[in-house]
Amino acid sequence: MLIETYLLAQREIRRNVLRSSLTVLGIVIGVAAVIVMVTLGGGATAKVTDDIAKLGSNLLQVRVGQAFRRTGGVRSDAPAFKMEDATAIAQGVSGLKAVAPVSIKPMQVIFGSANKSTSITGSTLEYLDVRDWNVVRGRSFAENEERSGQSVCLLGETVRKTLFGKQESLGQNIRMGKTSFRVVGVLEAKGQSSFGTDQDDFVLIPIRTFQRRIAGNTDVGSIIVSALDGVSTQKVKADIETLMRARRNLGGVQEDDFNVHDMKEIIDTMTNTTKVLTALLGAVAAVSLLVGGIGIMNIMLVSVTERTREIGTRLAIGARERQVLMQFLVEAVALASFGGLIGIAVGLGMAALGARLLQMPFILNTGIVVASFLFSGAVGIVFGYFPARKAARLDPIEALRYE
Amino acid sequence: MLQLNAWKPGIGPAETKVRPAVVRPSSLIELRGVTKVYGKGQAAVQALKGIDLRVNRGDFVAVMGHSGSGKSTCMNILGCLDTPTAGNYFFEGVDVGRLARDQRALLRRHYLGFVFQGFNLLQRTSALENVELPLIYRGLPVKQRKEKARQALASVGLSGWEHHTPSELSGGQMQRVAIARAIVSEPQLLLADEPTGNLDSARSKEIMELIVRLNRERRLTIVMVTHEADMAAYARRQVHFVDGQIEWVQTF
Repeated sequence: MLIETYLLAQREIRRNVLRSSLTVLGIVIGVAAVIVMVTLGGGATAKVTDDIAKLGSNLLQVRVGQAFRRTGGVRSDAPAFKMEDATAIAQGVSGLKAVAPVSIKPMQVIFGSANKSTSITGSTLEYLDVRDWNVVRGRSFAENEERSGQSVCLLGETVRKTLFGKQESLGQNIRMGKTSFRVVGVLEAKGQSSFGTDQDDFVLIPIRTFQRRIAGNTDVGSIIVSALDGVSTQKVKADIETLMRARRNLGGVQEDDFNVHDMKEIIDTMTNTTKVLTALLGAVAAVSLLVGGIGIMNIMLVSVTERTREIGTRLAIGARERQVLMQFLVEAVALASFGGLIGIAVGLGMAALGARLLQMPFILNTGIVVASFLFSGAVGIVFGYFPARKAARLDPIEALRYE
Repeated sequence: MLQLNAWKPGIGPAETKVRPAVVRPSSLIELRGVTKVYGKGQAAVQALKGIDLRVNRGDFVAVMGHSGSGKSTCMNILGCLDTPTAGNYFFEGVDVGRLARDQRALLRRHYLGFVFQGFNLLQRTSALENVELPLIYRGLPVKQRKEKARQALASVGLSGWEHHTPSELSGGQMQRVAIARAIVSEPQLLLADEPTGNLDSARSKEIMELIVRLNRERRLTIVMVTHEADMAAYARRQVHFVDGQIEWVQTF
């Protein structure tokens, strides 16, 4: 019975290739849209997670000022960190891999006639440990250079390329402000962060040199901390907060005048955001799938009217109501699921292309592929049922007389 | 007696116990006081006003009459497409009026063949596939189906035309395909509704000769509606309808 019905439906589809392909088109577009949206969304989520992980997923950042101030603005009376704060954290909190004080200032770097606006970061050697960053050419700072605040620097790849191009950078002197710095090493390229900033647009100098030559004080902008693998960043965060509150003499009811950012929290927020966006885009695409279903219903209804006489003939020569119903239903479902298959192929192709263009990983989501196929089949059943019932309930006498 | 049980699923036992009426075994179909009323109340139109008609096995009856005389209504009832308002229609002793729509579909499938004025072939479908159609509904296996369809086409003189679609066939050929489709399921009764209405006189003659041959060689019972006297002349009996009643019956 089912095989025969399928055969009849298949003959119908072949009999009218153009109409069938147009019917299918709506579903193809709908399914393809869903697949592209969800696959690219998944790729974006993966990329964001990956990027932040590159930044160091067990990274914490301690900054002056309050995290979320309802009144807005920065509390000017919050005292800046000093080098001792970093030392205190390193000694007072357990489970840490590295602690680095950081101060940043945007500045222009000049070499010969070339110059580049970049941000100068002053920190200790541990900075590279925290960021999990390697020196690819030359060397890192020597300990005595750091302690005595010598004018040496490490260049990020972007800065090196802009200033030196094909020239040798090691051993050269570049100027930042009034001071001349000797290039001792070049850092490995990290590429863009998920926030869209170039992580290689970067110059690292010893923090003592920064304080002495650039800032002119002994303040530390922020402190970055990386926890050991397997250590809860939440616990580390709580420990740092307790320690800093004590060091800054904050009483029981006083609010923190500093804040600790946990990168894991940021990752979660970011991935959640992209996931919500993906779901939203997928939902919008699903609407087009629904519209495709209405297209199928429309064409099937037209087809029923157009084939009234034929349906009459079928009924006259012994087709049962159920068989006519099934024939039209199977026809709708076959069209819809065929459209679904093509849509999946088109969608995956487009998603692969899009992922390549946007430099995102292409992550095949089998769940959504299966779901959209099943959904297109369901669309066929739902939107095919009404026309099919209309066809099956035709009065054979009326239908045979229909012109 | 009709073997409704053997027909396959969908027929409940309650419906199968159709009590056979007392009819002479030789008559295939019998109409007893059949009336048909369309509409209700003031707008009611009485299309048939008490028809009594008996058609024996192997008979060839031509139903004649002007449009509106009730002959089409009578044919619809004979074709189990419609049921009488009053009176009884017995097909092999089974009261068709008491069958459900679905059972009447099965009766048509297994016992009736239809030939229409407008041929009613499926467009863009080969002659073979058209003839196969009733057998598909019967659920015959592919091989048997193709073989039977081929044979039916051969018996109407269309060997070699199996893979032509209706648009590639002449009117006479299309009607032959339609006849092949009607007889492929080896029906008890062939109902032809103005089979030559769309054909020229030469084609009409061919088709009528084919129908006569089916009647003689296969002892196929035929009821044919026509308004052309020379077509009716091929039949063994002529039934004239006037105003919803049988005016006269003529046997040759």
